[in-house]
Amino acid sequence: MSSLERREASASPRFFIDFKALGPFMALVVLFVLGTAINDAFLSGGNLSNIFTRAAFIGIIAVGATFVITAGGIDLSVGSMAAFISGAMIVVMNTLVETLGPGLETVLIGIVLSIILGIGAGAVNGLVSTKGKIEAFIVTLGTMGIYRSLVTYMADGGTLSLDFEVRGTYRPVYYGELLGIPVPVLVFLAVAVAGYVLLNMTPFGRKCFAIGSNEQVARYSAIHVDRVKTMTYVIQGLCVSIATIIYVPRLGSASSSTGVLWELEAIAAVIIGGTMLKGGYGRIWGTVVGAIMLTTIGNILNLTDAISNYLNGAVQGLIIIVAVFLQRGDWRRKKSK
Amino acid sequence: MKTITKFLGAACVVGLGLASTLASTTALAQEKVKIGVSIPAATHGWAGGLNYHAEQAEKRLEATYPNLDIIVVTANGAGEQANDLEDLVSVQNIDALVVLPFESDPLTVPVQQVKEAGKFVTVVDRGLSLPGIEDVYVAGNNPELGRVSGEYIKERLDGKGKIVILRGIPTVIDEERVEGFMTAIEGSDIEVLDMKHANWNRDDGYEVMQDFLSRFPEIDAVWAQDDDIALGVIEAVKQADRTDELFIVGGAGMKDIIKRVMDGDELTPIDVLYPPSMIATAMDITAMKFVSNAAVEGRYILGATVVTQENAENFYFPDSPF
Repeated sequence: MSSLERREASASPRFFIDFKALGPFMALVVLFVLGTAINDAFLSGGNLSNIFTRAAFIGIIAVGATFVITAGGIDLSVGSMAAFISGAMIVVMNTLVETLGPGLETVLIGIVLSIILGIGAGAVNGLVSTKGKIEAFIVTLGTMGIYRSLVTYMADGGTLSLDFEVRGTYRPVYYGELLGIPVPVLVFLAVAVAGYVLLNMTPFGRKCFAIGSNEQVARYSAIHVDRVKTMTYVIQGLCVSIATIIYVPRLGSASSSTGVLWELEAIAAVIIGGTMLKGGYGRIWGTVVGAIMLTTIGNILNLTDAISNYLNGAVQGLIIIVAVFLQRGDWRRKKSK
Repeated sequence: MKTITKFLGAACVVGLGLASTLASTTALAQEKVKIGVSIPAATHGWAGGLNYHAEQAEKRLEATYPNLDIIVVTANGAGEQANDLEDLVSVQNIDALVVLPFESDPLTVPVQQVKEAGKFVTVVDRGLSLPGIEDVYVAGNNPELGRVSGEYIKERLDGKGKIVILRGIPTVIDEERVEGFMTAIEGSDIEVLDMKHANWNRDDGYEVMQDFLSRFPEIDAVWAQDDDIALGVIEAVKQADRTDELFIVGGAGMKDIIKRVMDGDELTPIDVLYPPSMIATAMDITAMKFVSNAAVEGRYILGATVVTQENAENFYFPDSPF
């Protein structure tokens, strides 16, 4: 709360450039300039569409993570959860082919299942950490292992593959386009808008900010802290299931290596976007930009052979740190004083 | 028996070390012979295949030779595997060990201790860091996998063309494969446009290939080195609608890719084996030590067999998870 007021106060009278809000966007612009300089193919329609489509998975999950982190929590289980939900969807859809055929019903049941599992898994994370009074870090570390093992078990250690006919029905959800925009990008946009409205324009969003700032004070202010915190995990679970729904038709498979480290990428996207890791302040559009940035770095590295492949991780790490450094406005403000 | 010959058919014995030393002194013991098998848990596709083939071989060998008792244990890490080895020796009191080490260095001493306890030791795939510990060594052939793939691509393109390479996880295995490949295409007019790591992962394979496709307007062939990567590459190529201009060579022998080869898919004309069933080869060889008078000690390097439409049926295991 306090940071909001401070920002408004300083912004209006002195026409102050808000680096916190603009930082991620500027970093993204710099990355795009860099990309274009490295390879002309970067700005081609095909490549841009690839970037945004790829960013959709991590981006959608990160929108959910913005709620969790804003309310002072953390969810490490999202990558495993995505793998588990993908696996469960594939198993159920493959079984349904025998009775229902490879048509729309099968796919719809798969999608509904995904949403139920996502909400359920989120509720488990939320309830165990709030009612069980266990740190979210430990709870979600535990569920991370559980979901990862479950998908390995379902796949017998191998890979679960979706029935080829169902794949045909389901394919447009990832590969389709509406008005020339890939479906995953539209879904990403819709999730981001919904997330923005929920976080910034509703009492629920304000409660998330309050709990993240100071849980005790929030409790004394008659906020149902446990209920709101659990809801953030449910939203996270729902976001994971939406990401999974558009992930499955891409390669039609799930294995124990699906979604590995997605949790860290999602958290990184959230932090790059300007949300505080310790909670109390969250910014959905920053998260969206953060997710696009992470994908863009990978893409640029693939478009050049100037940097040794072995150093890819180092370049990524460096850019992430610089991006966050730039948007923490403090170093600028001190100078102007 | 049919399966045994199949596996051994795939194996080309490079060298048989150590002449037959008193072939089977322990063989005819009255008690059951215990063979411990220690392998990594099924945490990725290839290891899943490994577990499947180990289980199959266990059932088959125990049914064929009633005096054999085979104990398969799986580990999630090098430390856990070292504990497993201790348990196999002290609790199970095994007579022989078949081990696919998680990592070479940390497991060298634990395996050495098993050897010093007087057990017969067979090492699979990843060699130990010290020579002379194992009685039998069974492995796939990484440089050969690269070389065979390179030869095929060179021949298919008539020694001239543009290709891209998707590498695995930066490890010795990956280096050896790429080196073998580069040696094979050396001196030809094949231009490697670029190579990137796709970490033996489908999603990475898909994304790296997407970027190659937007970067290079002309690609004649793709060496994906691994079947998981190849599956990602196939989807990316299909999405870009460029299936007509190129073909993809994977590696390992995953059932999905073998099936495509069998069906005559133009996009994946061949596959090169690096079979997880090598664990069965090792178990069979070790069993032979105890049930026959055959000399078994030595090094067995499996060939990097090229799977084509003609022979694909022999390498297709629809029930295997890999």
